[in-house]
Amino acid sequence: MTENSDNYSAAGEVGAVLEKRTFWTRLKIDMKKSPWTARFGMLIILFYAIMAIFAPFIAPYGEAQVFATPYAPWSSEFIFGTDQIGRDIFSRLIYGARNTVGIAVATTLLAFLIGGAFGLIAAIDRSYIDQAFSRLVDVFMAIPSLIFALVLLSIFGSTVLNLIVIIAVLDSTRVFRLTRAVAINVVVMDYVEAARLRGEGLGWIMRKEILPNIMPPLIAEFGLRFCFVFLSIAALSFLGVGIQPPTADWGSMVRENASLIQFAQYDLKAGLTPLLPASAIALLTVAVNFVVDWFLHKTSGLGDEQ
Amino acid sequence: MSSNSDKGDILLEIKDLEVEGFSDEKWHDIVKGVDLTLRRGEVMGLIGESGAGKSTLGLAAMGFTQPGCRIRGGEINFDGIDLAKLSDVIKRRYWGTRMTYVAQSAAASFNPAHRLIAQTTASTVRSGAKSKEDAYQDARGLYAALSLPDPQNIGERYPHQVSGGQLQRVMTAMAMSPRPDLIIFDEPTTALDVTTQVEVLSAMREIVETFNTAAIYITHDLAVVAQMADFIKVLRYGKQVEEADTRSMLSTPKEAYTKSLWSVRSLEKEEQKGGQSFLSLKGIDASYGTIKVLHNVSIEVAKGTTVAVVGESGSGKSTTARVITGLLPQTAGSVEFDGKGLLKSLSERKKEEKRRIQMIYQMADTAMNPRQTVGEIIGRPLEFYLGIRGTQKSKRVLELLEMIELNGNFIQRLPGELSGGQKQRICIARALAAEPDLIICDEVTSALDQIVQEGILKLLMRLQMELGLTYLFITHDISTVKAISDQVVVMNQGEVVEQGQKTDVFQPPHPEYTKLLLSSVPEMDPDWLTNLNSGRREA
Repeated sequence: MTENSDNYSAAGEVGAVLEKRTFWTRLKIDMKKSPWTARFGMLIILFYAIMAIFAPFIAPYGEAQVFATPYAPWSSEFIFGTDQIGRDIFSRLIYGARNTVGIAVATTLLAFLIGGAFGLIAAIDRSYIDQAFSRLVDVFMAIPSLIFALVLLSIFGSTVLNLIVIIAVLDSTRVFRLTRAVAINVVVMDYVEAARLRGEGLGWIMRKEILPNIMPPLIAEFGLRFCFVFLSIAALSFLGVGIQPPTADWGSMVRENASLIQFAQYDLKAGLTPLLPASAIALLTVAVNFVVDWFLHKTSGLGDEQ
Repeated sequence: MSSNSDKGDILLEIKDLEVEGFSDEKWHDIVKGVDLTLRRGEVMGLIGESGAGKSTLGLAAMGFTQPGCRIRGGEINFDGIDLAKLSDVIKRRYWGTRMTYVAQSAAASFNPAHRLIAQTTASTVRSGAKSKEDAYQDARGLYAALSLPDPQNIGERYPHQVSGGQLQRVMTAMAMSPRPDLIIFDEPTTALDVTTQVEVLSAMREIVETFNTAAIYITHDLAVVAQMADFIKVLRYGKQVEEADTRSMLSTPKEAYTKSLWSVRSLEKEEQKGGQSFLSLKGIDASYGTIKVLHNVSIEVAKGTTVAVVGESGSGKSTTARVITGLLPQTAGSVEFDGKGLLKSLSERKKEEKRRIQMIYQMADTAMNPRQTVGEIIGRPLEFYLGIRGTQKSKRVLELLEMIELNGNFIQRLPGELSGGQKQRICIARALAAEPDLIICDEVTSALDQIVQEGILKLLMRLQMELGLTYLFITHDISTVKAISDQVVVMNQGEVVEQGQKTDVFQPPHPEYTKLLLSSVPEMDPDWLTNLNSGRREA
């Protein structure tokens, strides 16, 4: 009976076998198809990364090195002049990439660790634990985060560690909500039930069964969240409770040199000085958003249309 | 039914149609040069396994392609218009008015925010063919013709307020509303229970005959197509295998492939008498929240046999499986396995007990983590239950793959790269890896093509012989039950209606429900539906 069934064999059934490609060839194909906005964004991010990593080699002067003339004008010696106590602004901009971006990355990572873990637990549990976490998060989100952060930082003191922990905790609420929302769709899948039936522990189900399947929205959120964290750190620094001197940081650089903007009518370059760290912040935010947009477009399946 | 020629003029003529789809950075052929001729008032059955290109061809008959696909060549001549050459803007004038489409899943195709009647008449009213009042009046007439309950008012309901079978009929009314020349039915009854399917099929057939509409009926169920079609076209790998009128196709298929499709249903197993009880459920009650879904369910399963649990959706068969596995603790009654009582909840049971009862799911797609390779999926139970690691593990994975008639090439593949049948085989291998005594098969073949179903059922039987496995086989498909089971349990609305040896259950006298269920299973006889309906009308 089956002998003549046109040689049916299980192994011969047609499946959509994908060509095995290495990570690099896949990356090459993706890059080839990427829009110019994404390429621009990646270029900027790469540029910032190089600045941050090699800051001591690129910057002409030290981060906290003080020279004789405060508020020196732009010159060949001090490319963007010096600040109120005579530190080279160009060097501080380069070091600022390291400090501001570094702290923002650390904060975002911590926010994802906290929010992601609790979000997954809530999604798997779906009862008392979920309720407790979700309502707690509601309470946190009801308080304006900048003011909340200001209050907490003035209570605990503005150290870098406190800054990272406080902003991470406040931002993890949003990560929690996203993780919980996307994980709930995965938790109901049969393979999660199969893992439970097998007797797998919570850790395995979180890490191996759910997490790999919710990565794309989380990665996109990571980019966006990074921007917000970055902006809140800059804002806090601008307000004076963020990164403390003498550490170079873009937010406090804007504040310290803000008064220079009044001199724009006499010396345009001096007026531009406080805008330099501000545009450094703006440029990175835009660049990250470009890349995230492209990534979201690609993973949401919208990119399949020609 | 009449022969091809006297049905009227040619309505649709497709010549050498080629459709291709884009995936994995390349264009692939989906339909490779198919010809098709359909006259007014004719119903063509289009059958083939999944991936044969039947849905693509059905849509292409309307000049439509799914996103990522395109028509590469050929002609689609619809009543003198070559659809292959027109732009979408012009084709849109014909879509939904002169040609309509009935999708497989009505529940997913209706907009939940609008009333049924507004959706039924949307394209008719939009095209200006009828005024809103006339179209509504006409829709109520169609509801009556499709024997929907309360046809005057059912249109005022929202999609979630009617059942799946009713929704499928409303969709047929929607397709009928503009009085099209051509309707494409794309597996319209596949998602329905057998007793509902009979009603929907009768309604569809009647309405197509009344309005003398041409139709293309796409399905993989031969018995269904036998009731509906004037002639049948068999597709495979995007090419036509055979075309003939229904009767000669059923009695004398020419090609080997067609014959193999026909022979699937002849699978049979020698019945085994049940011996000592291996698994026994005694007076089980279970509920989801406050809704009680199982009432006093008692089932006996003997070692080394296959017990089929039959019933329609909502009958409580899957809930029974959840109670046995411990996912849903019962509110009353007890589960005994191999002479020992099983604790109610999963977390209280021992690892060893979990290992001995394994489960295979209906949808192999969702039963495997899409981010794990076949090797990881099968390897995990080995590592978890038996502590096998390293080269031992890879050796055992390979053995298991060979046991399910696959080979080592599959170890590195992801579930997305497997066909439906292969996926289900991997799920079987995962269950086998735990070296279980009892396997619960929850509708394992219902999402598969018939020829693949046969392969899976044979595999399960062979494994039972070799390894002495016991199966609890949950299904709604009577032909599967006939093929594989030793004992049969019929369930309806959370209760066991009948239970016993296969031959006894399939012999009259039947309880009322078993009778209805058995008589609703389509047979490979073109007159079956006609006879059934006249029989039921008399009774």
